[in-house]
Amino acid sequence: MKSQVDMHKDPREEIVEHLGSLRGFALSLTRDGSAADDLVQDTVIKAWKAIDQFQVGTNLRAWLFTILRNTYYSGRRKSRREVSDTDGLFAATLSVKPDHDGKLALTDFFKVFSQLPDEQREALILVGASGFAYEEAAETCGVAVGTIKSRVNRGRKRLIELLQMSDGESIDITDQATLGVINSQLAVHRYQD
Amino acid sequence: MEPKKPKSSIEDQIEENLKKVYQQKVTEQVPDTLLELISKLRAQDSQQ
Repeated sequence: MKSQVDMHKDPREEIVEHLGSLRGFALSLTRDGSAADDLVQDTVIKAWKAIDQFQVGTNLRAWLFTILRNTYYSGRRKSRREVSDTDGLFAATLSVKPDHDGKLALTDFFKVFSQLPDEQREALILVGASGFAYEEAAETCGVAVGTIKSRVNRGRKRLIELLQMSDGESIDITDQATLGVINSQLAVHRYQD
Repeated sequence: MEPKKPKSSIEDQIEENLKKVYQQKVTEQVPDTLLELISKLRAQDSQQ
């Protein structure tokens, strides 16, 4: 009888299939495309070297995500200053208005999303976008399921607060997003002083 | 006078945008540098 999991297959050959997901998750943490790709690169190198620690038959994507977020958080401790460059990129897109159909533009959403704390951004992306179950997300982040649930809830609440829009009143979004970005830039400048 | 447009709830828009943020990266073409990195790692292994 053939086992469903081929125990002889090298799991490293499957890493390539997860590059897209890794880039999506990395973007939610770094909030910047090129920083995200650097992070994915570091993650792939680490995963490649540590593949013996991966248990074949378990969730490779979750394992890779765990490495990615560990890499992100340890790098962040080392170089907090890089954040300012990231915010500069958002400022460049400040003039973007909501779509003519009144829908929230992705760039505007992303600016607001970027203001959330790391833990809320990652929880929202893992559960709300990548399709991780709460249990999977909890394991990836090394916290209890309840913690992930409350991070998701707080993140959603905060997004609503920041967007401060009621249905159909999306004109306000840009102003709120603008204010938010200006505020976050002030915060960065304060930090650098 | 602007005609009323169909509107979705803020929660829907948030969910939709979260998915978009993630999906745009998932579906985007993976940069060559990443694919080259994997080839390099593979080549290193076969030399050992």
